[in-house]
Amino acid sequence: MRSLLEKYPRSTEHLLDMLHDLQAAEPRNYLTRDALRAVADYLSLPLSSLVSTATFYSMYSLKPRGRHIIRICESPPCQIVGAESLIDLLQEHLGVGVDETTDDGAFTLETSSCLGVCGVAPAMMVDEELYGNLTPARVVDVIEDVRRQDAAG
Amino acid sequence: MRLARGHVLIGINEEGLLAGARDVEDALRRALAENELAEEIEVIETGDLGETGRGVLLSVYPDGVLYAGVGVEDVAEIVAEHLLKGRPVERLRLPARPTTPTGLTGKQPRIVLENCGVIDPESLEEAVAVGAYEAMAQVVENGISPADLIEEIKRSGLRGRGGAGFPTGLKWSFTAPGEEKYVVCNADEGEPGTFKDRLILEGDPHRLIEGMMLAGYAVGASKGYVYIRGEYHLSIARMQKAIDAAREAGLLGRGVFGSDFVFDVEIKKGAGAYVCGEETSLIESIEGKRGYPRLKPPYPGAVGLWAKPTVVNNVETLANVPPIVRNGAAWFRGYGTETCPGTKVYTILGHIAHPGLIEVEMGTPLRTIIETCGGGVNDGKAFKGALIGGAAGAFVCADCLDRPMDFDGLQELSAVLGSGAILVLDEDASIVDMLDGILAFFQHESCGQCAPCRAGTRALKTMIGAIRAGRGRPGDLERLVEIASAMQAASLCPLGQSAIMPIRSALQHFRGEFESRISASVGIA
Repeated sequence: MRSLLEKYPRSTEHLLDMLHDLQAAEPRNYLTRDALRAVADYLSLPLSSLVSTATFYSMYSLKPRGRHIIRICESPPCQIVGAESLIDLLQEHLGVGVDETTDDGAFTLETSSCLGVCGVAPAMMVDEELYGNLTPARVVDVIEDVRRQDAAG
Repeated sequence: MRLARGHVLIGINEEGLLAGARDVEDALRRALAENELAEEIEVIETGDLGETGRGVLLSVYPDGVLYAGVGVEDVAEIVAEHLLKGRPVERLRLPARPTTPTGLTGKQPRIVLENCGVIDPESLEEAVAVGAYEAMAQVVENGISPADLIEEIKRSGLRGRGGAGFPTGLKWSFTAPGEEKYVVCNADEGEPGTFKDRLILEGDPHRLIEGMMLAGYAVGASKGYVYIRGEYHLSIARMQKAIDAAREAGLLGRGVFGSDFVFDVEIKKGAGAYVCGEETSLIESIEGKRGYPRLKPPYPGAVGLWAKPTVVNNVETLANVPPIVRNGAAWFRGYGTETCPGTKVYTILGHIAHPGLIEVEMGTPLRTIIETCGGGVNDGKAFKGALIGGAAGAFVCADCLDRPMDFDGLQELSAVLGSGAILVLDEDASIVDMLDGILAFFQHESCGQCAPCRAGTRALKTMIGAIRAGRGRPGDLERLVEIASAMQAASLCPLGQSAIMPIRSALQHFRGEFESRISASVGIA
């Protein structure tokens, strides 16, 4: 953790970058209490101020999430081409609600504001990968592909 | 430099990548090598090729043939037929897109996007070959003073392209004196339906760096930040590459072109908060805090980043600056309208034949944009309306199709140009459902700092949700307007202030739809 932080000068200007890095280093995709404590110490800030900042931004989580994060866009350009039914489908297929994690810890389902790829709406991101022109069949394929890749290690 | 008889440009942007552009590129290079064409035909990665939703795009020069939806399996045929024998593969060919209309004054209006899809955005040399950093060189060479540079931008009539349309030169001139100042480029593009800034970042990052340098020179800042949405991975990577190349070439971080003016740029990555598109929230976020908007005044020009004078400009605004400096204010005024010179980059999407990114002169009517650039409404359906400017924008109906679109023209229609997103709706679209989606967005993105917005967005979403679900009651529509008006008056920042825009415009043009939903539910009860 310390080595991740020491890449940056001790200035709050780099706070968001530090949180991004520490979260990415944690397999369950969240900011642990230790991570927040480490940043707080490094920048000589109270822990509460770190919690305050981290809870403001939707890309950070203070709870363990799945190994993969699904962010499906629910903004109007995706909405008018059927995003809402895809969100329902994902909930059903994964057996979780929005902002919940599957029992096997593989996926967390999140909704997202506009992902900026409206030309291929409806769209979603799984981790850093984008998927567009989604159909119900394709959504299921994408999820199952990720599952297979995980199983293959 | 190696000379080639032909070039194949491949569009590498987020959309191209997700359609498998890398695999196509690899296959193409292999096929060229197998056919001993590798020395004759050069493959170049470029940014957006102006079409979205059409998979992997290849543009072949000098023939000017555009292929869409190219898969690995198509590569052999393109190489064998087109590149060897000179016969374009018609089945993959995109019908010549109705090109950007020549516009009102009869000139080709590509200013902001002139290099996007033309150069390799990861090559400083290619950017320089098409004029990058020439404006900055001219300023140094001709000893143009910061005050003169600001005057020139004022004369050009450039107005901020982030949404509000504030005159850029004036904004720069309001920057308070001080030892330490900053330039911030707002690339936190979050308005639903907007991705113009992403494509500028991905397609011509050096243009943006030069725009920031010129802004820095004008106001006396030596440090610039580009605040890019955390979700824009490719934009961040390309921009970082461009900054590294510019540093290595001595354009950033040292006295530029032998002058005393030193400027450097750093990227700040956002973390998912729409409100950070508001300039003071963005500043708070760079400082490592919650992205709460600040009370204004003081404006950032007086008290900005680290309480120093700061200029915050949108990506598209800054991308306009180098060509204005290079060609002069009078040239810029040759495009667009009297009060809004220049061009506007729009994203057109929704129920439209050719969704994508376009650049047209300010003042171009919506009809031209939809019919000429966008190929008309999908499936031959009728045009119902459009949402312009994203969630914080407004609905317009068919009556507005022929009104000139610029900051002032739209204000007359109680609409806003905003971010330049045009979401086209066909006759079957439900405005009630859409408004529900928009108000859900507002509720989700309200930062919670001020009560009118925090409580107001929740109340609005609850009411519209009930109307949509068939539980609306008489008087609900009046209450929606009443709450949103109170939010407009009392909210701290434009987020809460603008919820009224989609509501009022939806009711102005499509009130009947809401009333029939409500009367149906009352009838059932």
